[in-house]
Parts: sequence; C-alpha cells; structure tokens
Amino acid sequence: MGWSVLGIFTLALFAPFLHRLLGRATGWVLALFPFTLVVFFGRHLPILPGERFATSWSWVPSLGVDLSFVLDGLSLTFVLLIGGIGALVLIYSGAYLGEQSGGGRFFAYLLLFMGSMLGLVLSDNVITLFVFWELTSISSYLLIGFHHQTDSSRASALKALLVTGAGGLLLLAGLLLMMLAAVQLGLPLETAGRISAMFSVNFQQHPLYMPILVLLLLGAFTKSAQVPFHFWLPAAMAAPTPVSAYLHSATMVKAGVYILARFHPILGGTLQWKTLMIGVGVVTMLVGAIMATGQRDLKRILAYSTISVLGILTTLLGVGTVQAIEAAVVFLVAHALYKAALFMVAGNIDHETGTRDVTRLGGLRSLMPVTAITGILAAFSKAGAPPMFGFLGKEALYTAKLDIETIGLWLIIGAVVANVLLVAMSLVVAVWPFFGSFRQTPKTPHEAPISMLLGPVLLAGFGMFVGLIPGAFDRSVGSAMSTAILGFPVEMKLKLWHGLNPESILVMALSGFTLATGFVLFMKLRPWLTHTLELACRLEPWGPGVRRAWQEGRLLHELTCRLEPLGPTRAYERLLAGLAWSAQGVTRLIQSGYLRRYILITILAVVGLVSYPLLHSIQPQLSQNAWQIRPHEAVVALLTLAGAIATVRARYRLTGVAALGVTGLGIALTFVMFGAPDLAMTQVMVETLTVILFVLVFYHLPPFVPRSTRRQRFRDLVISMSAGLVMALVVLATASIHLEPVLSDFFARQSLSAAYGRNVVNVILVDFRALDTLGEITVLAVAGFGVYALLRLKARQKGEVQK
Amino acid sequence: MKSLILQTASRYLIVLLVIFSVFILLRGHNEPGGGFVGGLLIAGAFALYGLAYEPKAARRLLRLDPRTIIGVGLVTAAGSGLAAVWHGQPFLTGQWLPYPIPFLGKLGTVFFFDLGVYLVVLGTALLVLLTLEEE
Repeated sequence: MGWSVLGIFTLALFAPFLHRLLGRATGWVLALFPFTLVVFFGRHLPILPGERFATSWSWVPSLGVDLSFVLDGLSLTFVLLIGGIGALVLIYSGAYLGEQSGGGRFFAYLLLFMGSMLGLVLSDNVITLFVFWELTSISSYLLIGFHHQTDSSRASALKALLVTGAGGLLLLAGLLLMMLAAVQLGLPLETAGRISAMFSVNFQQHPLYMPILVLLLLGAFTKSAQVPFHFWLPAAMAAPTPVSAYLHSATMVKAGVYILARFHPILGGTLQWKTLMIGVGVVTMLVGAIMATGQRDLKRILAYSTISVLGILTTLLGVGTVQAIEAAVVFLVAHALYKAALFMVAGNIDHETGTRDVTRLGGLRSLMPVTAITGILAAFSKAGAPPMFGFLGKEALYTAKLDIETIGLWLIIGAVVANVLLVAMSLVVAVWPFFGSFRQTPKTPHEAPISMLLGPVLLAGFGMFVGLIPGAFDRSVGSAMSTAILGFPVEMKLKLWHGLNPESILVMALSGFTLATGFVLFMKLRPWLTHTLELACRLEPWGPGVRRAWQEGRLLHELTCRLEPLGPTRAYERLLAGLAWSAQGVTRLIQSGYLRRYILITILAVVGLVSYPLLHSIQPQLSQNAWQIRPHEAVVALLTLAGAIATVRARYRLTGVAALGVTGLGIALTFVMFGAPDLAMTQVMVETLTVILFVLVFYHLPPFVPRSTRRQRFRDLVISMSAGLVMALVVLATASIHLEPVLSDFFARQSLSAAYGRNVVNVILVDFRALDTLGEITVLAVAGFGVYALLRLKARQKGEVQK
Repeated sequence: MKSLILQTASRYLIVLLVIFSVFILLRGHNEPGGGFVGGLLIAGAFALYGLAYEPKAARRLLRLDPRTIIGVGLVTAAGSGLAAVWHGQPFLTGQWLPYPIPFLGKLGTVFFFDLGVYLVVLGTALLVLLTLEEE
C-alpha cells in the first residue's frame, strides 16, 4: 500500500518529462497507473465487513510516528473512487488542456494530489494522516491557481489554501491532543498515534474530549466546505474543470467527511457530536441548496450543490444510526460518481461553446448528443430519480431521517426542501443547455472528443448500473464501509423496491414529492433566470430594487448575489486586509530604511530583552581575583578603550576605521592572553577583511558630515553605554554562574579518543556539532548570494538609468 | 588604484598566503586553525590581489567562479556526512581511515567537512568582495 502512494509521487516527478515526450497522449498513458491501482486494490473485492489489511514502515518511532497504512471498507471505497475517477480525469485533462502551456505542470500537480489523497485515506497514524491532509491542501492550492496569470485565480487559490490550511492546523492540534489523551488512557507512545489502536480506549469520558472534538470538527468542516467555511469552494471553481470534478466534488472535499467517518467509532455518538454535526450539517445543506438556485455559472451551481450534499453527509454522520450511516455511504459514493460526471459535462459544454453561463445556453442536444444523454443520466441520479444510484441514496436518506424521534420531522422538512432545490438545479445544469431553442455561443459547438466523453459516460453509466443492481454495491464494499464507520458489523441491504409497508410508502411519497416539486420549480426557474440576461449584481438600493426584481422575475438571483458577499467571504476579506495593513504598519515602524534606526532598534531590543532576566534572576558577581591585573593586560585594555573612544570622536572616516581596527586587534590580543587562539585568529582575519571592504566602498560613500544634534548624540551615548553595561553584566554573570561541567568535560575527554583531534574547539565545530556548522555555512552561503543579488540589482538599475 | 609596490608584494604574498591558509586548514584539527579561519585568510589574499591589480585578474587566478566554489563547498560538507549514513550511523558521524597518512595524520570524513567549510567561507567572502571591487 505504501508503495502505491510512493509510486504516484514518483510518477508526479516524471510527469512533466512524459508530457514533453507524449504531448496530448499524456493523459492516456498516465491514466494507466491509477487504473493499475484500481485493479491492484480491486483484488480485495468484495471486502468483508470488519476485514482489514495493514502494513507499516517505521518513521520516527520515538515520537510514535510511523507510516502505517490500513485498508478496510471505508478506505477501500475511497481508494477505488480516487483511482477510478482519477484515471478518467487524467484522460479527460489531456484533451481539455489541449495545446495549453503548462500541461506537464498540471499533470504533476494532479498526480501529487492523487498520491496525497491516497495516503490520506490509507493512513492509520494520525501524524501521517495530517501530513497527507496538508499535501492535499497544497496540491489543491497549486491546481486552483493553475492559471496563475489571472488575479482572481490566485486570490481563489489563496483563499482555499488559507481556509483549509487554518483548518489543518486546528486538526493537527486536535490529533496531538488525541495522542496525549491516548497515552494518558494507557496506550504506549509507540502506538498512541494509531487510529486502529485508539478504538481500544474510551476517549468520551476524558476531560480533553470536548477540545479534541471541536478541533477535529473544525478541521473537517473547513476541508469539507461547511458553513461558515464554505465560501472557498465556489471560488475554487477558478481551477480547470477536471480539477473541479476530481478535487472539489469527488474526492478532496470529502476528506473532511472521511475524517468524520473515520473517527466516528472513536468520538461519535455523544450529545456534543450530534449537536455540532447536525447543526452545522443542516445549515450547510440549506445554505448550499439555496445559494445554488441563484447561480448562472454551471460550475458555481455545481459547487453550491456540492456544499449542500456535504452538509447532508455531515448531518447523516451526526445522526449516527445504522440507517443514517448506510445512507451516508450510499450518498457519498453516488454523489462522487454523478457529480464528477456532471462537472465533466459542464466542462464539455464550456470547452465547446466557450461559455458556462446557463442563460446563454440552449438546444445543444443535437450538436452534442452523447454529452446530452450523459448529462441527463447524471442529473437523474443527482435528482434521485429511479432507477439511478442517487435514488437509492435519497431513499436511504429519508428512511434514516424518519428514524430519529425528536428532531426527525424537522430534519425531514429540511432535507426535502434542500432536495427539491437540488433536483431543480440538477435539471438546470444538465437539461437546460440541451433543450429549448439553440442559442448563439462564443464558439461553434460540436461533440467533444472521445477522451472527454469517456469519463462522464462511464461514471453516469456506472451510477445507473449500481442503481439497477444495488446488491452488487452493498455486498462488495457497502457493508464493509458501514461497518468501518459504525465500529460494529452490519449488513447492508439496498433495494429499489421496498415492498408495501407504511414506512416505505411514506419514503416513496416523499421521493415522488421531491421530484415533482423540483421539476415544477425548474420549469418556473427557467423563465426567472432567463430574464436576467444583464449582470444582476448591480448596486441598487434595496427597496425599489427588490420590487422591480420580483416583477422582472429575477428576485432569486438578486438575493443570492447580494447574500454572497455579505457572508463569511466578507469576514475573510476584512481579515486579510487587516493582516496586510498591520504588517505594513509594523514594517514601516521597524524598517525605516535608515541604517542608524535599524541599529538603534536592534540594540534597544537586545538591551531590553537581556537586562530583564539578568536583573531578575542572576546576580552578577566579581570574582575575587578580579582586580589582580597584570601590566600588559592593562595596556591592552587601555588600547582597546582608546580605540573605541577615538572611533566615536573621529572626524574622518579613515581615522574612524583605523581606530576601530585598534579596538578589534585589542580584542584579539585579549583572546590570545586568555587562551582562545582560535577566536583570536578569526578576529584578526575579520578585522583585515573589514579594512579591505572599507577600502572598496570608500570611494562610493558621500562626504562624511556629522548630522546629529547634541541631543541625539547624548541619546546615543546613553543607549550605547547601557548596551555596554548590559554586555559587561552578561559576561560577569556567565562567569559567576556555576555550571555543571558535564559538556566541557565530555568534549575535552572525547576529543582525542573519539574524534582524533587535540583542538577541542575545532573538533566541536566539525565533528560533535557538525550539523550546526552545516546549517551555519548554509546560512552563510545564502547570505552571500543575497548580498550578491542586491549588489547586482543596484548595478543593473544604474545601467538602466544610464541608458 | 595601481601601485607598483602593492602589485609586486601581492604577487609574492598570495602564494605564501594560499600555502599558509592550507596549512591552517590542515592543522586545525590539532592546533588552532581550521576551515573557517583558513577560508577567511585565502579570501583576504585574493581580495588583496584583486585590489592591487583588478578584480578580473583575481577571478582569472581563482579559475572557478565564487558561486561555484560555494556550491562545491556545501556539497562537500554535506556529502562528507553521507559516509556515516552508508554505514548505518547517524548523518555526519566521523568516519576514519584505520591508518595514519604521511604528513596528514589520521584522515577522516571530518577533514572533508572542514574542507567544505573552507570552500564555503572562501566562496562567500570572495563573492561579496569581488562583486564590490567590480563596482
């Protein structure tokens, strides 16, 4: 299992080269890998409830982090979705991108995502899981910002990254708390990070349960676009359509749902879990469905309906009864199939006509017959019409909701409302563009190429196949997946026809009502939306605007258009702007551009930060023989002091530098006298190079003019004196603290015997602490290149001015 | 800034300084010295030469671009640590030849690490100094 993840990452590395070699055929070739993956994992089908396969590679055993992978019903279903849809999306992308530049990069990102998502659903260790989780966020960021030349694309990518990234941090905090709690509850550290080991302990009585739950849910909610974090998903539609089909409907946005499902047996079932999940889920379900109705962009409609479905899934996991989990399982898989198909259909329409605005589309059925049939099939599945897979999902959903006692009625009403809207919108997406009279579009449409039809046709066809033979699904993965989510074995039995009993009649009536109302709404919605050919988001006063909008039949669009920027998007933008503003303020305060100001701030900060702990905790003391100064020591000290005074009082730069050199050499002499020849050598070399440097810049400097006033000079004197005083105190303090000489003893003893060197300082630098030195020389190299770049930049600017 | 005295002196000095810097590098393990000081020393030598003649002359004498030297130094230092990984020990653990080499004494990967430090310091200092001299 680990190899498959590693394999995809490796393939991602080579994707750009393959693309250069193969051109448009890259998609077909790359698709072979995920296809192999499906076959490889498919050999575990049918997976039995409770069956598990595990492998593990050691990573950081001392911290309880390992690369352990587990395959059970839940992860197998996800793996098959990731591999299967992934293969189709790769094939689709080849034709969709065509001759666009950056194709190699695109495939690399897509494969990077595929590997991360695969790792995410297979991980058994929470830290590994988090790493893959972040990788999906990053690859999603890269893919949304694929058209990085456009501002909106970059802004959308950043939005998605910041929202899911922030959620990721919360998730990490939650997972670490979980590990902590697991250790406190008696798991050994080596296995405390294993999800499979966490089943054996009871978190729900632990005092950390509530923080863990909240952090985990926040992480999942941001990823799965739950209200109020949903706003990044419609914005993410800036990504190329295959990406939207793959990441933002079928797989990545389900990562949050996956986490919730994965931790359901460990954390689920409590009142807090139910309240939070059902509350957020229902709101998301309704908000998504309502916002979808006002959109005219095909992809945005699909994005909002995805949000709604994710809300439904969260609600079902929150309810947590056997029926609810089974419904979630069916709904999740059905949605992945039909939504990916619908996105690809939308992509075909966009690709062939040049527009995604649904009001500008119509009558395409004779021009794009295959796309049309596929779209209608997928939309029927989405609408939950028999005999599609989506129908089973809807039936299961209603059955599950009927089951709950107290709030069941309200949930049913909410679900029916949301589903009616979803039915209408699925018809808008997949029926509207193909029927009615033909409308002129930017491009002359014709049927999409085979590679762009294969994906949607197979996915929609598969949806119908599962709908007709529901037993194939529940026997192969459905039961095992429900078992994995519930934590105890269940046997799932999906049926198209439930026979005649009061409950099934009620469910069927609800389904029929949903379909009929949805269809009526769609017929109504069509004229409502068609009237709004001009951009409806103009800034009008609310009162008369609303009345006119109602008369003109575009109230819905107006309302959702106005709602959208009022929601969390606004908070996000305010937050971002505030951050930039405060960063700017701080930068302006600290980085004034004057060297003297920088030095002033640095010295003041050091004095402040060092003197506080110094005066509070350590009493610097003079050692007893402090006043036994030998004559030559006194001479060197006086020389150093005289050099410093002369530097400050110098009227010419050259004098100043020479005097500074005296101080430096005096310090070097001090090092020699007190047994630090290495330091002394380095000090002398640095002094020498400083002089050379000075000679080099001497000619470029403006004439030396003392600018400071008397007051400023007094201020500088005070600051420099205090800095000197603090440094002197630090030296005294280090001399007066009695440290256990463990380390210095160790180095002195081991230097010759273990590292074959008599110079302890050097041995520490190149052997005992070699990693530190490696870091230091790397920093040195980077700093050198920085200086070089700055000098070159300046030289080039000068050259331009001269031209 | 052409000075006959400086030019003549630096022509002889640079030979001595380069030899001295290698000496400093080699003795570093047992006596005061080492890659850092050695690197600074040789950088100073080349900077002096560049000052006496012109930066181009110093670059010619150096043969390699300072940027290349930095890269080679970093790779040498990091690469010297890999020998330990090969033997299953932590990265950068010193590996030693069992017998001393004439003139050098005991030879180990630590020497190559120090050589890397020497090269990085030399490259960085010269990169800055020579670029400044060319201004």
